[in-house]
Amino acid sequence: MIEVRNLTKHYGDKHAVNDISFTVEDGEILGFLGPNGAGKSTTMNMLTGYISSTSGQALINGVDILEDPIKAKSFIGYLPELPPLYLDMTVKGYLNYIYDLKKCKLPRRAHLREVMDLTQITEVQGRLIKNLSKGYKQRVGLAQALIGNPPVLILDEPTVGMDPRQIQEILMLIKKLGKNHSVILSSHILSEIQATCDRIIIINHGVVAAHDTTDNLAKNVSTDHRIIARIEGPRQEIVKALRNIAGIRYCRADMEREPGVFEYELEAAPGYDIRRALFDIVCENHWYLLSLGSAEMTLEDVFLKITMGEGIVLDSAQTAKGGKA
Amino acid sequence: MGAIYRRELGAYFTSSIAYIFLAAFWMLSGWFFFAGSLSQGTTDMSYMFQSMFSILVFLIPILTMRLFSEEKKQKTEQGLLTAPVSLGEIVFGKYFSALTLYTIGILMPFVYGLILSAFGQVEWGILFANFLALFLLGTAFIAVGTLISALTENQVAAAVLGIAALLVIQMIDSLVSYINITWLADAVKSLSFWTRYYAVTCGLFNVSTVIFYLSAAFIFNYLTIRVFERRRWS
Repeated sequence: MIEVRNLTKHYGDKHAVNDISFTVEDGEILGFLGPNGAGKSTTMNMLTGYISSTSGQALINGVDILEDPIKAKSFIGYLPELPPLYLDMTVKGYLNYIYDLKKCKLPRRAHLREVMDLTQITEVQGRLIKNLSKGYKQRVGLAQALIGNPPVLILDEPTVGMDPRQIQEILMLIKKLGKNHSVILSSHILSEIQATCDRIIIINHGVVAAHDTTDNLAKNVSTDHRIIARIEGPRQEIVKALRNIAGIRYCRADMEREPGVFEYELEAAPGYDIRRALFDIVCENHWYLLSLGSAEMTLEDVFLKITMGEGIVLDSAQTAKGGKA
Repeated sequence: MGAIYRRELGAYFTSSIAYIFLAAFWMLSGWFFFAGSLSQGTTDMSYMFQSMFSILVFLIPILTMRLFSEEKKQKTEQGLLTAPVSLGEIVFGKYFSALTLYTIGILMPFVYGLILSAFGQVEWGILFANFLALFLLGTAFIAVGTLISALTENQVAAAVLGIAALLVIQMIDSLVSYINITWLADAVKSLSFWTRYYAVTCGLFNVSTVIFYLSAAFIFNYLTIRVFERRRWS
């Protein structure tokens, strides 16, 4: 279990991380999302005792990382942004070293074999780390974090440098590990986080911009009713006609998908369902409606809106801030 | 500490620094052994031992240059500092690995002793005292090199700075002659690494020598630990 209370880090006048609070229960995966330089890695470095915090507290299984760092660190498996690999060692030699470094008590051979199997590096165990591809290096880094079976896993962009199939496998593994570990997973790739995490914290400019369950985050911002329609017919006239539908807020023609066929993006005011009116208008004018779909706001949109400072403030983010005050 | 010590010792050999260090050390000491003892037809090895001081000023920084600088450069430092080990274990694990390799190097004079014993009577007691002095000098010099390695992420910079630092230590005695204030001159002179070492090569070995070098080793290793502590809190 991880408890973070008002964690803050200043470098001189610069606030790298400002007043972040959250908890991660056992068996939960928390996603850390944010653009590069938002403070994700700084936060993780504070949690793992690599750097100190200016103020605030981080408790790992109830142990303060600054008060009893060795005990707290023994609960953590950490994969930093750049995996700490000794390039001149073999994979097996390196993992044996980590085993000794962590003063691991589990049966050595069985445990190492288990970790290598989980991360699928058994077949490269005899190779020098410097000769491995980036994806394999990343997996050795993950294996390193898993040694000693620590209850808390902190993974800073674990899928960097992997191909799509490897990413799937690693995310599956993390999801499996999340059932009996407390996991923090950072990424700037939304789909990864969405597929893996129970809860998400979006960090921007060193502060928590949003903090909610994955589903809620997507739901909260997609209250607007948005539709994408593909209609065959004269573009100008169609736009004009569509703008007359009751309750419509916004309509614009997107790109030409097929010859003479445009895609139109429509947004209705809350409480209005414009799909029937749309169908009628198209029929009256003898145009053809080729497809009609609702444009759910994706997490991608949420993320972009939050980090681009478009001023979307989630209810849950407000309560999170209120809770801290 | 054991894990760090073993890995570091292994890295000395895979990075070939161990071979370079031992080869250079044995070649230079071998030359001074030949010039000072064999060709002079004497079993007195004090010339060789006295020359070792200057050789170490240049060789020990080679031994210590990558201890921490390489960790920082390869970003492996983060793994070390987030592992459940104390800073003391990290620093001393690395320190003792360098000291071990160094000790292998300075065992060579015993071989020279065996060679000389074919021609005459070797004073093994004096040889052993000299070996001990060389070992103690190494404990202090390696601690200085370790500290400097922790201050930079460039191996070459660590080596050059290390040589500069040890040269300053070597020059303490010549510095003393420029100080007119008696008590200050005495104070600086008491810090001389060379005076105490030279005394042993002349046959004067006492406990204060042991305490002096071991304290210096302790102080510089402590400073290395402080460097990491400070960096964490900055």
